[in-house]
Amino acid sequence: MTRELKVVGKPVARAEAVDKVTGAAAYTHDLSLPGMLHTALVLSPHASARIVSIDTAAAEAIPGVRVVLTGDGLCYQLGLYMQDKCILARGVVRYQGEAVVAIAADTLDQARAACKLVQVEYEELPSVLDPRIAKEDTTHLVHPDLHTYDHMQGVFFPKAHSNIAHHQKIRKGDFDQAFASSEVQLTASFYNPPVQHVPMETHATIAQALPQQRAELWTSSQSPYTVRHLMSVCFGVPHANFRVHVPFVGGGFGGKAGLGLEPLAYVLSKAANGRPVKVVATREQEFNTLPSRQGLHSTIEIGAGRDGKITALKSTYIWDAGAYADYGVNIGRAAAYSGGGPYAIDNCWIDSYVVYTNKVFGTAYRGFGHLEVLWGIERAMDQMARKLGMDPAEFRRMNLLKEGDTTITGESFTSGHGKPQACLDAVAEAISWGIPSDPPLEPHKVRGKGLAMLHKAPAMPTYTSCAVVMKLDEDGGADILVSGVDYGQGTYTVLRQIAAEELSIAIEKVHITWECDTAFSPYDWQTVASRFAYMGGNAVIEAAADCLKQIRSMASQALDIAPEKLICEDGHVYPEGSPDRAISYAKLALGYTFENGNSIGGPVVGHGRFIAKGLTHLDPETGQGLPAQYWTYGAHAAEIEVDTQTGEIEVLNIVSALDAGKVLNPKLCIGQVVGGVVQGLGSALWEGFVFDDQGRFLNPAFVDYKIPTAKDIPHRTQQILLENPQPGGPYGARGVAEHPMISIPSAIGNALYDALGIEFTTLPLNYERILSRIRERADGS
Amino acid sequence: MHEIRFTVNGQAESKRVEATTTLLELLRDRLALTGTKEGCGIGECGACTVLMDGAPVTSCLVLAVEADGHAIETIEGEAVSGELSILQQAFIDAGATQCGFCTPGMIMSARGLLNRIPEPSTEEIVEAIAGNLCRCTGYEAIVEAVRIASQRMAGGGVQ
Repeated sequence: MTRELKVVGKPVARAEAVDKVTGAAAYTHDLSLPGMLHTALVLSPHASARIVSIDTAAAEAIPGVRVVLTGDGLCYQLGLYMQDKCILARGVVRYQGEAVVAIAADTLDQARAACKLVQVEYEELPSVLDPRIAKEDTTHLVHPDLHTYDHMQGVFFPKAHSNIAHHQKIRKGDFDQAFASSEVQLTASFYNPPVQHVPMETHATIAQALPQQRAELWTSSQSPYTVRHLMSVCFGVPHANFRVHVPFVGGGFGGKAGLGLEPLAYVLSKAANGRPVKVVATREQEFNTLPSRQGLHSTIEIGAGRDGKITALKSTYIWDAGAYADYGVNIGRAAAYSGGGPYAIDNCWIDSYVVYTNKVFGTAYRGFGHLEVLWGIERAMDQMARKLGMDPAEFRRMNLLKEGDTTITGESFTSGHGKPQACLDAVAEAISWGIPSDPPLEPHKVRGKGLAMLHKAPAMPTYTSCAVVMKLDEDGGADILVSGVDYGQGTYTVLRQIAAEELSIAIEKVHITWECDTAFSPYDWQTVASRFAYMGGNAVIEAAADCLKQIRSMASQALDIAPEKLICEDGHVYPEGSPDRAISYAKLALGYTFENGNSIGGPVVGHGRFIAKGLTHLDPETGQGLPAQYWTYGAHAAEIEVDTQTGEIEVLNIVSALDAGKVLNPKLCIGQVVGGVVQGLGSALWEGFVFDDQGRFLNPAFVDYKIPTAKDIPHRTQQILLENPQPGGPYGARGVAEHPMISIPSAIGNALYDALGIEFTTLPLNYERILSRIRERADGS
Repeated sequence: MHEIRFTVNGQAESKRVEATTTLLELLRDRLALTGTKEGCGIGECGACTVLMDGAPVTSCLVLAVEADGHAIETIEGEAVSGELSILQQAFIDAGATQCGFCTPGMIMSARGLLNRIPEPSTEEIVEAIAGNLCRCTGYEAIVEAVRIASQRMAGGGVQ
């Protein structure tokens, strides 16, 4: 029997919105503790250098300065998947912007003044900046000791005495034979520069070291338990010694996953005899010291029959990991197993290399790896369609994964995967695909349309899990404790909806404790990969069932009726057919008391859990295996207008279709899609790091690094949400948080070709790049 | 040190400040009004927007001494006696807040606009918030929130 849903699927407003519109929401930036010190950093001016000496005497003499730390005494190696990082540079600096000295003082002004007095003598070393060169270079090693580093075994494969932190292989069928015999062939290369997440709240951590090697941390993190775990491993103390609080977080987008400033804040507080220490990244440090999205060089070869069926695909992905790859190795891995696009390819060969260079390092960024590889794949699909003389949408339809196909890692594509082609058809129809745009109003402007597919699965360890504790309140409401973090996605609202639905109580009666606290909230791996609503949702369903079991057990005794004959509805429990005998949850929440005073049961506390099921490591040589709990597919179509006098792109319309499985909250889901589309526009049109030939980062500020403003949004956006249920998903839902951003550059690039007839292979598609190509063509003709 | 007198959300204040102290530091560090955020420190992101005599300013670029004799309004003054303003309610209804870090500055920019132009066009709304960066929402819902607020105010709402 299908029950009509009362709360799930409804456009419920986020509960914490009141705190956010009143300024009451307290972020780590806003917190302070008595006696708290403030931190400033001395950064490396060189991309690669040996630290000859550091003189901190003058800095230490500044009034108010309490701690001056260099890397010398900090003999720790840190990292999530690859332990390649130090807390502060030790012996050498590996990128311009790397933290070399940290100073904690009574005031931030004192700490900054002291930093200016630190004398660091460097001996410059040759740097490797281009990952394509670094990949082959065995002389200039960013990490000469790479072969000694701990890393997740059996999953990542660093190459000793090289700059290759990880090499992911995908081998399916016989590429060489299939490509050689293919009737139509394409080879194309593409480039994505590194970009920044730009959370509006920069990274911030407060640490207070306590006696007996204990500490409390308040941090703007996506990963309270991962922070605790990695800190525990790094410092060699029991996990429970670290208590990690995560208050409101001002955006993350992947940049606050894994470890951030927490170890530094902790060692500073320890050195300050337990005075709390706050470390807040400046906006420049957010760009230049903290991690970014990796750059990518792609080369793609596609072979197809004249009928348009792809027979072979080979990709080489060379990731610009920067100086550290503790998270980057996993991006190289995930992007490889997704690296052929959502297509059925019988003969596939992918090499994905995560390569160290002397630049600011990379980490996860919304849809990690996928926007980047699909920039190449989806542009190449359009190029191939033209070679074949086919419509790009028709060419994709012919090759999209369908039931009975296998993915490039050997996973069977089933009806439970959702409907990629329905997404394509939906955006094609909405953008009037095949019908030319209306003519622009001015003669120097041209219009074009483009479309692109997208897909992504959560990239996570095979054992990724989470838990939920649910406590019933005296008034029959429920409190949920989780330690996935809602840093704006809206997951807490969705979990509240699921709890309200499952318990059959009003949404207003379900509360989630906003601050995650590892002392109270149960385990969650990390809030990344669009997995929290799926996993957390399932755990909430199980926790609610546990609560209802306890309620039924007490009511069964109170009403003298078997538990299975009891109905739980609208906050009450009653025997089937006798709602007049109902007992409210409020009367059971702490235990049930009979009229004579006898009491039974006790406080209702439920728990639920979820762990990824059936995932396998990928075969090191072939990449075959099951990496994905579920896939989310989608498509975008874009219509743009290009000013041929300025190179400016005006985005007229972006239509997005995603197969969400089940839309748990349309208001929040559409908000995610619009936000992701505009964030994707940033990568498409404006954003990219610029380095000089010495490896110095030239645009680490909003003055020179522009993200989209309210003036830059498309004239129109449309969101189409499909609901082909995900088996095992809560109410059939699958994750959709990252996906809206993926393939926006591809759709714009394809529309740009349609408008101008010029191939662009390098992002961003800024005025300068477009105008210079228009002029080159004019000069050449 | 300079002695300054000003009002914040209608309350008279007097403080001694350094010449280099910014209005943002004064509000956040001295008056504990942490609803106003710092996103960049160079006037490029708008997170620190407050009203000075009814007009929006980026408080990271205003020196505290410049506030002497002026009326400052922050996000903490937007709701009166615990009652959300029409503008705040419109932000909730339109789904205009996600992570929320830009929201106080965004609301203050919108408040400054509505002070000046009670029924703004879409272009005027976009222009008014163009200096406030938001990385989450894609702005559509924010523009919609300001439009809703304007309509509700024109419909007889008090704020």
